[in-house]
Amino acid sequence: MREQNNFVAGIKDGLPICLGYLSVAFAFGITAVNSGLTIWQAVLISMLNVTSAGQLAGVPIIVGDGTLFELGLAQLIINLRYALMSVSLSQKFGKSVRLVDKFLVSFVNTDEVFAVSSSKGMDVGRNYMYGITLTPFLGWTLGTLLGAVAGNILPAIIISALGIAIYAMFVAIVTPTARKERPVLLCSLFAIALSCVFNYVPFLKEHISSGFIIIICTLVASVVFALVAPLPEEKAQEVEIDG
Amino acid sequence: MVETGQFFLYLLVMAGVTYLVRMVPMVLVKKKITNTFVRSFLYYVPYAVLSVMTIPAIFSSTSYLASAICGFAVALVLSYFNRSLLVVAASACGTVLVVELIIKYLIL
Repeated sequence: MREQNNFVAGIKDGLPICLGYLSVAFAFGITAVNSGLTIWQAVLISMLNVTSAGQLAGVPIIVGDGTLFELGLAQLIINLRYALMSVSLSQKFGKSVRLVDKFLVSFVNTDEVFAVSSSKGMDVGRNYMYGITLTPFLGWTLGTLLGAVAGNILPAIIISALGIAIYAMFVAIVTPTARKERPVLLCSLFAIALSCVFNYVPFLKEHISSGFIIIICTLVASVVFALVAPLPEEKAQEVEIDG
Repeated sequence: MVETGQFFLYLLVMAGVTYLVRMVPMVLVKKKITNTFVRSFLYYVPYAVLSVMTIPAIFSSTSYLASAICGFAVALVLSYFNRSLLVVAASACGTVLVVELIIKYLIL
C-alpha cells in the first residue's frame, strides 16, 4: 500500500487542528488560572496531557486537594476512548513507523489528530505523523499560555465573560450530534440528570468530590446506553470529539 | 495555591495515566477491537463526560447566574444550528459580557 510520509504534508494537515486548539486551550488557560493554578502550572498540564476534557476535570481535583487515586481514575475513564483510537491508528501505520515513533506519536494522539490521519486514503508514515502531531501540540501549548496570561491581566468583567467559553465549546461539541442522533441526545440528558442529582442532593454533594461525580455519572450513562442502544457495526468506527 | 511538590505529583499521575492509555494500546494491540459493547461504551463516553462537566458547572462559570443562563441559552441555540466552536464560544462570552454590564450599570 502507498504511504504518506511527508513531514510538511503533516504540518499542513495539522494547521486547522492547531487553530482550533488555540481557542479551546485559551479557554482552558483562563479557567485553570481562575481556579487557582499558576500560569506555568496550566501550561505544564497542557504540554503533558494534550486533552481538553481530562484536563478540565483534573483542575478542580488538583486545587481541591483530591486524592491521586481520584485524579488517576478520572483521567482513565475520560481518556479511555484514546485506547480505541490508538489501536485503530496503529493499523494505518506504514512500514516506516518504528517502535520509538509509536512512543512519541501516541503522546499527541488526540481526537482530531486521529480523525484526520485515519481519514487518509493511504497508510501514514513516521514523518507525516510527526508533522500532524507537532502543529496541534504547539497550538495547544501556546493557547494555554495566552489564556493563562490573559486570565491574570484582563479586568474582572472580561474574565467572567471568558469563563463560560470552554463550557460553551462543550455545548457546541455535543449539541450537533445530539440533534442528529437520538441515543446521544438521551445519553447526554441522562448524564445531565445524574450530574444534577449528585450536585444538588444535599448528602451526595458534600460527600462525593467533583472527580468522582464525573466518573460515576459518565460510567453509568455510557454503560446504560451501550446496553440499551448499542451502535450499528459501521458506526462504531467513528469517534471524533474534543482535544 | 497548590504547593509545588504536590502539584508535580498530581501532574505525574495525570499525564502518566493519559499517556499510558494512548501509548500501550498503540504499541501492544495488534488486532482490531470488535466488541460492540466496548465500542458503543467508548462512543458514548465523550458525550456523557462533556454533558456532566458542563451542567451544572456552566451556571457558576461567570459572576452572575443570570449571565450564565443567557450565555448557555445562546450557546445552545447557535450550536443547534451547527455554528463552529469558535463562533459559539465567542457569542456566549459576548452575551455574558453584555448581560453583566447591564446588571452592573443599569440595574444595580
